[in-house]
Amino acid sequence: MNIEDIKKPENIVYRKPALLTDNIMHYCPGCSHGTVHKLIAEVIDEMGIQDKTIGISPVGCSVFAYNYIDIDWQEAAHGRAPALATATKRLCPDKYVFTYQGDGDLASIGTAEIIHACSRGENIVVIFINNGIYGMTGGQMAPTTLLGMKTSTTPYGRDAKLNGFPIKITEMLAELDGTAYITRQSVHTAPAARKAKNAIRKAFEYSSKGIGLSFVEIVATCNSGWKLSPVEANRWMEEHMFEKYPPGDIKDILK
Amino acid sequence: MAFKGIIEVDTQRCKGCSVCVANCPTGSIRLSSKVNGKGYNYAEMVGDGCIGCSNCAIVCPDSVITVYRAKVQ
Repeated sequence: MNIEDIKKPENIVYRKPALLTDNIMHYCPGCSHGTVHKLIAEVIDEMGIQDKTIGISPVGCSVFAYNYIDIDWQEAAHGRAPALATATKRLCPDKYVFTYQGDGDLASIGTAEIIHACSRGENIVVIFINNGIYGMTGGQMAPTTLLGMKTSTTPYGRDAKLNGFPIKITEMLAELDGTAYITRQSVHTAPAARKAKNAIRKAFEYSSKGIGLSFVEIVATCNSGWKLSPVEANRWMEEHMFEKYPPGDIKDILK
Repeated sequence: MAFKGIIEVDTQRCKGCSVCVANCPTGSIRLSSKVNGKGYNYAEMVGDGCIGCSNCAIVCPDSVITVYRAKVQ
């Protein structure tokens, strides 16, 4: 069997999802954002809800998410995506509304917004990318930075006495009665990415049931900020980030 | 039942992060010694070991890989 026999349209088993635009992503090589964008595009495509989905993009590297997924988008002020999503969902209750936020956006300046959106039980999806660093502004310490982790503002490693402890925001939100589905995933390997996709799909399905907020944390890498190659960053994440942020479902009220 | 696969890489969009290389179970991908228009060593298929499992394509952050898969008679 030669290459021409295999390379036929009917033999395609995987290709770029139709919802991803042809714009070249501005993310660094190996950045987890691209993979998560793709999974969201696949889920929206498979559920057939392209014309019913509104995304809220954050401030941070993923501020330009609206350039890459072909759906309706709004751009929120720093950390305020859950507030904008609340308004959008309440005005258009038949739409699927999701926010896409990093850890600098959600766990720092936007902590109040996410906690109150969760406690109000808004029927939205929150995708939370946690790479433990401020990627866009030059690798400064974030609230989720691990103890001992070197960043441009903690060059000798994060010290609990000086900088405080990392926040496990996902576990905190699981305590709130307004949340329906809380999970933590990653996209560094193919099995992990497939599981993350199922979790994102479940979150979108839950958001249409009117049972509360669905929250998907993706433990991600920032290889530029961490000063590692993309493959080394994935390995470092497995060895260090998973200890503090273990993947798995944390809360599911329909189980 | 054995499968045979082929990957097609959009070489001009590939950023050469090599996450696909690390995720290939049969060692059928490598970074090319040639570079694309942006100066990245892009991914390419090597040998005939590809089984079309799509692992490389699903982890590709820039979605540049198309996977073909056919049954071997």
